[in-house]
Amino acid sequence: MGLASHGHDLGSGGMQAPIGGPDRADTSWWQSKPVRRFRRNPLAIVGALIVFVFVIVATFAPQMSELGRTCLRDLGLTAVTASDVRDPTKAVFWRSIVAPPATCYTIPRASFSPIPEAPSESYRLGTTSGGYDIFYGLLWGSRTAFRIGLIVVSVSLLFGLLIGGLAGYFGGWIDDVLMRFTDMVIAFPSLVLAIVIVTLLGQTLTNVIVAIALVAWPNYARVIRSEILTVKELTYVESARALGGRHFRIFIQHVLPNTIASMIVVASLDMGSVVLTAAALSFLGLGPPVGYADWGQMVNFARDWILGPPGQPLAYWFTSFYPGITILVFVLGWNLLGDAFRDAFDPRNA
Amino acid sequence: MLLIPILIGVTVIVFGIMVLTPGDPAILMLGENAPQEDLVALRERLGLNEPIYVQYGIWLARVVQLDFGRSIRSGRPVTDEIVSRLPATTELALLATLLAIAVGVPLGVISATRPNSAVDHTATVVAFTGLAMPVFWQGLVMILLFALVLGWFPPSGRLGGWEYYVLPTITLGTSAIAAITRMTRATMLETLSQDYVRTARSKGVRERSITYRHALRNAMIPIVTVIGLQFGALLSGAVITETIFSWPGIGRLAIDAIRSKDFPVVQGVVMVFALMYAFVNLVTDVLYAYLDPRLKTRYS
Repeated sequence: MGLASHGHDLGSGGMQAPIGGPDRADTSWWQSKPVRRFRRNPLAIVGALIVFVFVIVATFAPQMSELGRTCLRDLGLTAVTASDVRDPTKAVFWRSIVAPPATCYTIPRASFSPIPEAPSESYRLGTTSGGYDIFYGLLWGSRTAFRIGLIVVSVSLLFGLLIGGLAGYFGGWIDDVLMRFTDMVIAFPSLVLAIVIVTLLGQTLTNVIVAIALVAWPNYARVIRSEILTVKELTYVESARALGGRHFRIFIQHVLPNTIASMIVVASLDMGSVVLTAAALSFLGLGPPVGYADWGQMVNFARDWILGPPGQPLAYWFTSFYPGITILVFVLGWNLLGDAFRDAFDPRNA
Repeated sequence: MLLIPILIGVTVIVFGIMVLTPGDPAILMLGENAPQEDLVALRERLGLNEPIYVQYGIWLARVVQLDFGRSIRSGRPVTDEIVSRLPATTELALLATLLAIAVGVPLGVISATRPNSAVDHTATVVAFTGLAMPVFWQGLVMILLFALVLGWFPPSGRLGGWEYYVLPTITLGTSAIAAITRMTRATMLETLSQDYVRTARSKGVRERSITYRHALRNAMIPIVTVIGLQFGALLSGAVITETIFSWPGIGRLAIDAIRSKDFPVVQGVVMVFALMYAFVNLVTDVLYAYLDPRLKTRYS
């Protein structure tokens, strides 16, 4: 790990830590400056906690929710053995976490009634239009959110790394061509472009992910390029080149590690905005198929039922409130985390 | 003049949308039951039998004359459809930007001049919430509370008076308010710690004058950058805001066109969105020169 891009000690594990020495505590990762700055930032702690809770919820969604009949069947369970899914000694416990059947992402329906039902014993957060269980949709929707976020962020990170890396490292006409291309994609409002791409490719979760990745990568390319421009002029990169190092090797060994800090910042901020874009697509009816556990779609379900029956205008508040607040808190968590990373890595805060 | 290559690239992407559209454009435009002769004539006129780069040339020649063809749905020229909807979107986007500047800049300045005060903490919480807010959900909640329950403002529509503008403007402006507040606070904190601010203070310049004349003026460049960048997000937000509030702008036109697979209109709207964004960024670049005289001397 060579996080020392900004010319100050960002600490790097046990590599330089004198083992057993008296100042061991001062050079450990936990005591390094960025980590200390992170720990002392209350907003960072709140962000990390929010993200942590969502990770737990997404992981254990199969255990926390009342699985639907088709989902149980595809897990090889019956109504009698359904509790096996909560038993860590059974294989089905792990299977439901690591690779649940696709049918588990379909929200079970309490009824086919268009009228929402208030929270009750069996449907903790009530049901939304179409009889869909809100609690189930939110739990499994967190898996959908992570899936969209993680795939889009890693794909656009790789793509941005390729484009921004080539442009920044080689400069000249390669830089011109690649960056003009990046500017073209940025010239479109991202949601509009994503909408058009989903419409052209067809409406599936995979295509939503492809569409968002296609509009998300330019941001990474720009940041990586500018990071590389500052790093490649540094003396140690020059000397590596003077020693006859190959481009690829210099790039991987000396240039790339210095972009890690800013990549972490961009990626964590993007986790939030990617999920927000995906939710907006679903809200517009351009997301995964109807009934798929997906937060944006649940707000869309609530759209026709924001106003309650005469005399009780707020009677159906739960249909829009829970999905909306879930999206808000998820995005907020990643934004706080990304912001805290930025402050922690910023050498000006030393 | 970096605008030109970008605009050319934009036309390539928009043309690509048409090429990638499934189905025969002639059938899409004239309908399934159109007579064979008409289809052949239209294909000839659109140059659909030519190689792809010739098609692009023919298409570009039309686009430069603002001819995007006719809407499949309404039969009207796409340009007319867009022109009749454009004022509504421009109005909304401008109002939201103005609101965002009017709220975001002062809030950021107050936060920066009183760091860690109650005002600062409140502004931080408000800004983070605003940034994380799903526009579509906020729109629904505002309609429910302020239009349906309290009855202060109409839930949808545009023509009829100022009260129609309130909810859409706030909905659209929220994320920009948040972004501008954060950026103003950060850059103000930085400029307030500069040597020239300390010099001004030691000369006995009043704090008010330091904040606004010395610090804020120098903090304006990153703030203007963020306003320019936010405009792209604002146009994306406009698509959703217009859909929720039945606002007759090009954002809603885009969604309606996409739902009915009216691709000539989709093309035209996407093109206009890209042009608007490019134009705003050009204005931002011009503003830099005004805000930072050093840039003007360097480039003239």
